[in-house]
Amino acid sequence: MPPLPGHHTAMLIQAAGVAARYGTTPALSGIDLTLERGEIVTVIGPNGSGKSTLMKLLIGAIPPTEGRVTRAPGLTVGYVPQRLEIDRTMPITVDRFLSLGSRVKPAQKAAMLARVGLADVLNRQMSSLSGGQFQRVMLAQALLTKPDLLALDEATQGLDQPGVAAFYRLIAEVRDELGCAILMISHDLHVVMSATDRVICLNGHICCEGAPTVVTDTPEYRALFGLGTEGALALYRHEHDHHH
Amino acid sequence: MLDDFLFRATLAGLAVALAAGPLGCFVVWRRMAYFGDATAHAAILGVALSLTFSVSLYLGVGLTVSVIALAVASLTGRGFAPDTILGVAAHGGLATGLVAVSFLPGVRTDITAYLFGDILAVGKSDLAVIALGAAGVAALTVWRWVPLLTATLHPDLAIARGIAPRREQLFLTLALAALVAVALKVVGALLITAMLIIPAAAARPLTRTPEAMALTAIALGALSVTGGLRLSATADTPAGPSIVVIAVILFLVTATLGSLRR
Repeated sequence: MPPLPGHHTAMLIQAAGVAARYGTTPALSGIDLTLERGEIVTVIGPNGSGKSTLMKLLIGAIPPTEGRVTRAPGLTVGYVPQRLEIDRTMPITVDRFLSLGSRVKPAQKAAMLARVGLADVLNRQMSSLSGGQFQRVMLAQALLTKPDLLALDEATQGLDQPGVAAFYRLIAEVRDELGCAILMISHDLHVVMSATDRVICLNGHICCEGAPTVVTDTPEYRALFGLGTEGALALYRHEHDHHH
Repeated sequence: MLDDFLFRATLAGLAVALAAGPLGCFVVWRRMAYFGDATAHAAILGVALSLTFSVSLYLGVGLTVSVIALAVASLTGRGFAPDTILGVAAHGGLATGLVAVSFLPGVRTDITAYLFGDILAVGKSDLAVIALGAAGVAALTVWRWVPLLTATLHPDLAIARGIAPRREQLFLTLALAALVAVALKVVGALLITAMLIIPAAAARPLTRTPEAMALTAIALGALSVTGGLRLSATADTPAGPSIVVIAVILFLVTATLGSLRR
């Protein structure tokens, strides 16, 4: 049996000296980055800083204009897009949505929905789900592709803070169970998922990177995040040596 | 039976309904109604060019519509809003076509036959082309169904699954162009979009999955064709518009049912 993709090496994606342009407008430059199996990387940055471009470069949706992106052979990416609206013009049940592309056994679908904390939604219309339910279905859809890398593009948009915290806890559990890498984009510059191994602050290039500060026990944390987030959120302290 | 003009008309209409049902669902989901209009109006230019160069109407219209549809697709998003480009293409194609037809020497052309269709004049060779074309469009839609559906739901979701949304868009554009060429004789340039959109929209309230909506759209399109032809035969109304009128009635019925159920 051939080795499973990526199992012989921890490296999933490597970007070396990568730049991207839209027409003549530079979007990203000088990106060096390695994603390894099992790690959670959060990319933060202001609007227009190139976060989505970086994700597209890494998953291979767009080619770099400079440098090289190397992906482990056979890499499977599970993708959870930014709050996606399924138009009411398209009738589609959760059941049908989860087997889009490849057939998935009904028992598998039910088990995955239970895993992401949803019960009895298989026969609901996608357009009738609440924001939190919808994002969980999107996550289930991504996980059913058995991804090596789970890519989340501002997947928590439209969720309230306890909703975000619950979503983050779920992601951390998923990583522990499946051992996949997680690449997450967030528009929040200071508050990140506490299970994040590495925060990358982006603004056209990588401004700084490091681990978030977990401050769950301090009264200030509770004042900031309130109760009910149960340590799923953490602060990121930026260390910039330059100004924009 | 093929010698009966009404039988030929029914078969031609059913063939168009078969191809238009699933394709019309994508037009509805992707909000391409105006795109359908633009390509259909451009068909009149195709008619003029076919007559000028004495080539098959189906070929001339198919090629002209493909070129205009691809031009619209590639121009969109370069400083003009999509509806502006479509407006230019639709009315430009229609007006240029009408002007060009008036220049044709010695050809007595009844342009209304192309604007409103002439389903009762479908001959045996027309029927063969319409049936083959419709089967081709239907086969293309079935073949690209899952990638097109995924790209329609979310382009990036499609990319993550190894699907190229722009390529799928190209398939859809070409399928639309082919359908316009095939349906020109059946419902005419002004009403082709109706055959795409109305059965699909009428199917929406009755269905829970994309596949069911496509199949129901085919069934409602077929019902419109047979009902419209019957209305035309008994009340001596124009055939193409009668088909569309029946489709609209079906739409009103299912829309009412849908809102009552909610």
